[in-house]
Amino acid sequence: MEALDGNAIGGLLHEVFGTEMTAAASLCGACGDARPVAELVVYLRAPGTVVRCRSCASILMVFVRARGRICVDLRGLAALG
Amino acid sequence: MAGTALRRRLTWQAARVSDVVTETPSVRTIMLEVPDWPGHQAGQHLDIRLTDEDGYVAERSYSIASAPGEPVAITVERLDDGEVSPYLTDELRAGDELELRGPIGGYFVWEPEDGGPLLLLAGGSGVVPLRAILRHRERTGSTAPVRLLYSSRALADVIYHSELDQPPAGVEVIHTLTRHQPPGWAGYARRVDAALLAEVAWPASDTPLAYTCGPTSFVEAVSQALVQAGYPPERVKTERFGATGGI
Repeated sequence: MEALDGNAIGGLLHEVFGTEMTAAASLCGACGDARPVAELVVYLRAPGTVVRCRSCASILMVFVRARGRICVDLRGLAALG
Repeated sequence: MAGTALRRRLTWQAARVSDVVTETPSVRTIMLEVPDWPGHQAGQHLDIRLTDEDGYVAERSYSIASAPGEPVAITVERLDDGEVSPYLTDELRAGDELELRGPIGGYFVWEPEDGGPLLLLAGGSGVVPLRAILRHRERTGSTAPVRLLYSSRALADVIYHSELDQPPAGVEVIHTLTRHQPPGWAGYARRVDAALLAEVAWPASDTPLAYTCGPTSFVEAVSQALVQAGYPPERVKTERFGATGGI
């Protein structure tokens, strides 16, 4: 499947963080690559969404929607915001 | 206004279709009445949610085609194997209701104070948010010079054709038709690559601001070529649509 970018999950991120996040800065916990969330690599595979580093492809964020909840894993990020 | 918009809760709401405009055989612009619309920026998108009779829900994002201050409109390309777009392009009629939330996004946006010169690069339906930027520029009286390079398969696939044929002062529209060209076509007839950009793009020394939107492969090729041509990466804004009907 084709990779999208962080623009595609602006609505999901707003739902999770309560604010606009596509212009927020992200810092990869593996390689230190810094760039706006909008430029990250995004795979939409309902019910899960995987966000990867554009530089080293490490997984930065995972969102899984189930039973009306969204499970969020941000362990790949060193910083966000 | 931006500050309050940022902290606003993003909630689903009902919108009413006021009109459906045929742009090309596979593309429709859907004009919407959204009672609680907080206003949007040029380049933002919204999410549409369709709920089946059995409760199954499908969500998709669509770029807003209208400028801030204009009625909300989205332009949708029909994907033949799509789950949502065939309903929007073929079934939807004026008076129907749609569930949506928005506006969404704060990265792929342009305001007059961001200035120019602007280089807008569209692959297929990637032209939609760039059209909102063009209209916003016109409505705000911005004089930022603009070049729009728009890649389509054929002339019949060009969205907003008549509007783009009469650009306002300071806006140049350059088409490339990658698959079929009409007899006597004098424009470009190839995919956008570094060589084509060298002919069309503002030189990096003009400190241009670039926005590129379209299928992922188009955006990757264009943004890499611009950076190699000396555009700073932070001056090249990207939005990838994934699969589309083609460019």
